[in-house]
Order: sequence, then structure tokens, then C-alpha cells
Amino acid sequence: MSRALLHPSPMPGFGLAMGVTLTMLSLVVILPIGALLWKGAAFGPLEVWRVINTERSFAALFLSFRVALLAALFNLVFGCLLAWVLVRYRFPGRRLIDAAVDLPFALPTAVAGIALTALYAPNGAIGSLARELGMKIAYTETGILIALIFVGLPFVTRTVQPVIEEIEKEVEEASATLGATRAYTLRRVVVPMLAPAALTGFALALARSVGEYGSVIFIAGNIPLVTEIAPLLIVIRLEEFDYNGAAAIGIAMLFISFSMLLAINAVQIWSRRRIGYV
Amino acid sequence: MSDATLVDLQRRRAFRAPTNEAPWLRVLLTLGVVGVLALLLFAPLIVVFVDALAQGAGAALASLANPDAESAIWLTLTVTAIVLPLNAAFGIAAAWAITKFDFRGKAFLITLIDLPFSVSPVVAGLCLVLLFGSNSLIGGWLVASGYPIIFALPGIVLATLFVTFPFVARELIPVMIEQGRAEEEAALTLGAGGWRVFFTVTLPNIRWALLYGVLLCNARAMGEFGAVAVVSGKIRGQTATMPITIEMLYNEYLSVAAFSMAALLALLALVTLTLKTLLEWRYADQLAANHRH
Repeated sequence: MSRALLHPSPMPGFGLAMGVTLTMLSLVVILPIGALLWKGAAFGPLEVWRVINTERSFAALFLSFRVALLAALFNLVFGCLLAWVLVRYRFPGRRLIDAAVDLPFALPTAVAGIALTALYAPNGAIGSLARELGMKIAYTETGILIALIFVGLPFVTRTVQPVIEEIEKEVEEASATLGATRAYTLRRVVVPMLAPAALTGFALALARSVGEYGSVIFIAGNIPLVTEIAPLLIVIRLEEFDYNGAAAIGIAMLFISFSMLLAINAVQIWSRRRIGYV
Repeated sequence: MSDATLVDLQRRRAFRAPTNEAPWLRVLLTLGVVGVLALLLFAPLIVVFVDALAQGAGAALASLANPDAESAIWLTLTVTAIVLPLNAAFGIAAAWAITKFDFRGKAFLITLIDLPFSVSPVVAGLCLVLLFGSNSLIGGWLVASGYPIIFALPGIVLATLFVTFPFVARELIPVMIEQGRAEEEAALTLGAGGWRVFFTVTLPNIRWALLYGVLLCNARAMGEFGAVAVVSGKIRGQTATMPITIEMLYNEYLSVAAFSMAALLALLALVTLTLKTLLEWRYADQLAANHRH
């Protein structure tokens, strides 16, 4: 085992640690995902495409991807603003709000789902206000968007926050002494420094939102072709014992997830090269 | 009032540092983000408790004393009690291998460990069904031998392990990279054995980071819905965890019962956030760099 090492190490326990790691990784992650890929390979890309290319599957995948992208874009902008306010401004309740940002990580998605639905349904506290204005939030795409914004909320804030803390004020002062307005300094000096971390958070929020299930299914209304998300369609196919149909949509989603993981890694490599850390 | 403070006051009123935004913009931004957070984070949290107590605390507690509710709570606690030690052991092993040794494919290994964060929980459940379901090769044999995985406890444990997989490892790896190997190497030259080095040198250095990771893992393990929903079969009183029970009660329009169970999990989330924040304030220097505030 220790022959696998690039440099000899006096540290003990490589075999044991690597053994535990690889065993758990294989049993929990690699074998199950392998089973899905095997299923996909068994009936071939054409067959997978034939299943996905039905109106209902395509609508579900397109909906999941489109709304997740919108939610992640909202979180990209809002997360940067929130991080900026939390680091730079002082106001009562700041530390409470800082701690509360992680609520979507801690609150189970099913709880978030029924709470958001109760709030934004036409008879709910906010939903009834919206109804008077002639808008419907729950059981529409807007409802899905709100649920996905909720689950992705902490990612950008938490990746950007440490970067803002590290920004040296002198850089901004230098820009100001050279005659830049505040807006120009923010646009040309601050935003470029935040961009790599913000993009990492964006990709993480996007990956999370595309696959989100628990918080969405309550608020979505789940009307086929309209508000039916891809993960829900997988669950429906499984309940119909249509394993091939479920696997095809699963492979499509896995493919999207893999592409995103690659994008995250590329962003991280790119940003490390630019500023040395993420 | 001395001249100095007077000048100071006047300057404060008139002069704005070029590295600050205009006061009106600061107020507007602060109110804006707090407003959005109130609508998205605080309002749903309040709704959970309000709806749980809609018919009084007695009705809420009675719904939790229901046998099905009790069995759901027990199942969730059982699953978590199995998942946490496994996940912690894996996290420590993975962090040890990755941070104490140099080997080929390390980056690939880290990517694989992070993989579950980029896979939809529902797809994770689907993978387990394809691997262990009764019409698969392994699953068929296991069911025939009397050890069903899907629609039973092992499936729920595997699904929960999958979605919580990277938590502890991700927390430990940056901390252990930062701490380096010097202290362990010193202990080794003084004649300590491997386990002694781990328990007396490494573990005390990483204990708060480990606790932090386990805390986050615990919150996710108790609340996981998507992956568990696919593999559990939702058998009332047997394979329905707390989040699954919330869904079943909600779909039966048993609002008080659903929100009471939800309030229990929301309380857990609040405790998690409080402990997490305390850890961040107290032991910031011993946690991963990106949690420092």
C-alpha cells in the first residue's frame, strides 16, 4: 500500500486510513452511482434520449434547470449584497442575522417546504396579500423559485464573506485617491476580487437547486408539464415501477450535476491562480 | 466641550470617507437584505410554530404522542445514531489519508468525496433502488436471504450516509492541512505509536472541527427527505422517518400534527445553529478557515 505514496512518510496508518476511506466511498457512493451508470450503458444513449425526449420529461428537466438557474442568479447578487452588509456595516441584530443565514442548511427541507407553502399559499399570510394584488405565488413557477432561493441562500454569502473580510481597505483608498468614485471603485476593484468566490458559491447553489426535492414539492402544485420538477418525475416513475424511465431522467440529471462539478473545479483552479485562495 | 471634540463632531457630520457608501445607501441596503431575510427565513420559521400551536399546546403534544409519530421519532434517532459514528470514522480516515500523505490521484479522491453534494438526493435514492431493489441482481438475492435493503432500515441508513457523506471530511481536511504534520512527527520521534499519536496529538487538535462537522452532519441526517423518500417505502410505523411523516400528515390535511412534527425538527435546527455559532465564536482558530467571522 505504501508503495502508492509519492514521497515516503514516517506517518503510520496509511493502509488503514485509505482502506476505510475507499471501502466507505465504494459502498456508499461509487457502487450506487455505478449502478445507475451501468443501467444507462445497458440500454444505451439513444434509448436514454428517447425517454427524456418526451414532452413530460423534457418539460420537467427544463423547468428544474431554468428555475434553479434563476434562483442561483438571485442568490449570486443577493448573497454578495448580504455578505457586504454583514461584514462592512454595523447595525443592531447583525450577529443574529449572520447566524440565521445558515438556517436553510439546518432546517430540514420538508419543514421548509410546508412552512413556505403555508406562508405563500393563497390563504397564507403573504400569499393572501399577493392575491389581493392579483398575484399567485404558491402552486406556480414563482413558488418553486422561492423554495429554490431559500435552499440556495447561504452558499454565495458563505463563500464571499471571508473574501470581503480579507480585502484590505488600502486598496480601496488607493483607488479613491486616484480619483475613482465609490461606484467605480466597487465595480473595478471590489467586484473583481469577489468574483471567483461568488462564482464558486453560485455553482454550489445551482447544483443544490437543480436536485432539490423536499422544499419544492409542497409549494409547486406538481402539475405535469407546468410545475412538475425533474426529481419529482423520477419519484413518480419509481412509484409506477418504470425503472428505465426513472433511470433515464436520473442519468440526465447526473450528467448535469457532473458538468457543474467540473465547472466548480475549473472556477476554483482559475480563481486560485488569480488570487491564491478561494 | 473642547475644541477638538467640536471639530471632530463637525467633521463626522460633513465628511464621508471615500471607502464608505453614502449613508442613505447603507440604510437602504441594510433594510433591503433584512427585509428579504425576514420574508424568506424568519417568516417560515415563525409559521412552523404558529401553525403547530394553532389548536393549543395540548393538541400539538398529543399529536406527537401518537404511536406512529413516536415510531417515526425513534426511527430518525436510530438512523442518526448509526450514520454519525460511521460518517465521523470515515471523515477522520479520509482526512488522515489525504492530509498526512502524498499520493497520486489525491485531487480525484477529494472530488469523489465531494460528489454527493452535486447529486440530487432523489437521484441518490434512485441509485440505491437500482443497486439493491428487489428486481436487481444483488437486491433479489438479499431479499431472498431475508435481508431486504430497500423499503427497510439499511436502505434509509445508506441513503442518509450518501447525502451526509462529505460533511466531516470537508470540515477536517482544511484544518489538518493548516496544522501540518510537525507535531505528529515529533511525537513519533519520541517513540509514540500510531494510535497514541492520533489520540494524544491529532484528536485534541481537531476535536472542535470534528464536532462542527458532526453537528452539521446530524442536522442533515435527521432532516433528509428526498433520498429517504425514495428508498423508505413510507410504511407507517416502520420505515417512515420524521420528515416522511411530516409529508404524509400534511397530505392528509392533518395540519397541526404535521406542523408539530415540523416544529420539533425546527427546534433541532435552532439548537444546531446556536451550537454552531457558539463553536464559531469560541473556537474560530480551530475551525476551517472559511468559517471565521
